[in-house]
Amino acid sequence: MAAIKVHGFHASTATNMVLCCLNEKQVEYDFVLIDLLTGAHKKPQYLALNPFGVVPTIQDGDLTLFESRAILRYLAQKFKGQGTDLLGSTLSEEALVYQWCEVEGQSFNPPVSTIVSQILVVPRRGGSTDEAAVEMNIEKLGKVLDIYEERLSKSKYLAGDFFSLADLQHLPHTHYLISACGKGDLISSRKHVNAWWEDISSRPTWQKVAENMKVN
Amino acid sequence: MATIKVHGHHLSTATSLVLCCLEEKQVDYELLVVDLAAGAHKKPQYLALNPFGVVPTIQDGDLTLFESRGILKYLAKKYKGQGTELYGNSLSEEALVEQWCEVEGQSYNSPASAILFQILFVPMRGGTTDEAVVEMNVEKLVKVLDIYEERLSKSKYLAGDFFSLADLQHLPTTHYLVTACGKGDLISSRKHVKAWWEDISCRPAWKKVSEKSS
Repeated sequence: MAAIKVHGFHASTATNMVLCCLNEKQVEYDFVLIDLLTGAHKKPQYLALNPFGVVPTIQDGDLTLFESRAILRYLAQKFKGQGTDLLGSTLSEEALVYQWCEVEGQSFNPPVSTIVSQILVVPRRGGSTDEAAVEMNIEKLGKVLDIYEERLSKSKYLAGDFFSLADLQHLPHTHYLISACGKGDLISSRKHVNAWWEDISSRPTWQKVAENMKVN
Repeated sequence: MATIKVHGHHLSTATSLVLCCLEEKQVDYELLVVDLAAGAHKKPQYLALNPFGVVPTIQDGDLTLFESRGILKYLAKKYKGQGTELYGNSLSEEALVEQWCEVEGQSYNSPASAILFQILFVPMRGGTTDEAVVEMNVEKLVKVLDIYEERLSKSKYLAGDFFSLADLQHLPTTHYLVTACGKGDLISSRKHVKAWWEDISCRPAWKKVSEKSS
């Protein structure tokens, strides 16, 4: 069976979500670099794979798939019974996984990716960080993290007492928030969020991926 | 078996999504109206169900679930084999459904909802529509719809030649864009998007739900 191809970029949070999932499921893959710095993601060759011109996109035999969170769910279903179980053990547990995956995608991701973009990406493109935007999004993120704190005081992981896709989805952006944006206090000031973060970020499958995300 | 309880509101697009899915799956439910205008969604009784203080939330026996797109996935899986199949017929088809569901949630929803918010909700609260914000989001939505046009020229529905959750997720927001925001041209000016919209918005399950949300 041909290895899964992952078209992506080493610093891309979405790419690293997928690589972490592949590691958790113990699935072999080939990494095909799409160099965002040269605009490779906007060239016809890549747009033919993913018309939205963003990374990552995977190819698994005849199937071409984009949108990292969808790729995660596909891998978790296809390789159920292999590697780490990422969807819980029952339909109800699976439902809670989807719920917290949606929370990440709809409520956590928008503020955190704006903060990371303003602090890390904008200056690299010659612009200046919009401090008001950072402040506003820290406030939004704070409210979400307060809800996480309450949840994680009753549950070891987001969906229940088992690691799942919902926790995994938080790894790449939170990693940048702490290690490259100087906003680690958002996590460390919340006892249960901090414990959860220390747990999930020390997983070997994640550590392997995080090495590719070092920011200069 | 107890009926599924849906805590929500007829005017909420996210609530309509869930009701439409329940109709497609032919599942009995009870709608418990959360009085948004009175701030019921921010009161302790509701926050105990959904700490994010938004609608909808469902209760299915012991399971309490929020996030409309998560609820859709749960219903489509639980009631597989009953009503309309909403996940395709193979793992690959399911993957494409998930892909286009994410496209809706990550690329379509944000600009479309921003337009709805400015044109419909801001004036309702006594404010003035920010035309620049509307313009900026129309521009973003146009780029997404151009990609949909290309996709739908090759495929009857978003995930393939079968109606799925991915198409369903577009119904409530697009309905408001077309019928209440005067942005129908965004849909009607694109041949394949228009055909797709006419098809999915005529489904009986959607018509039943949309009649209540006008």
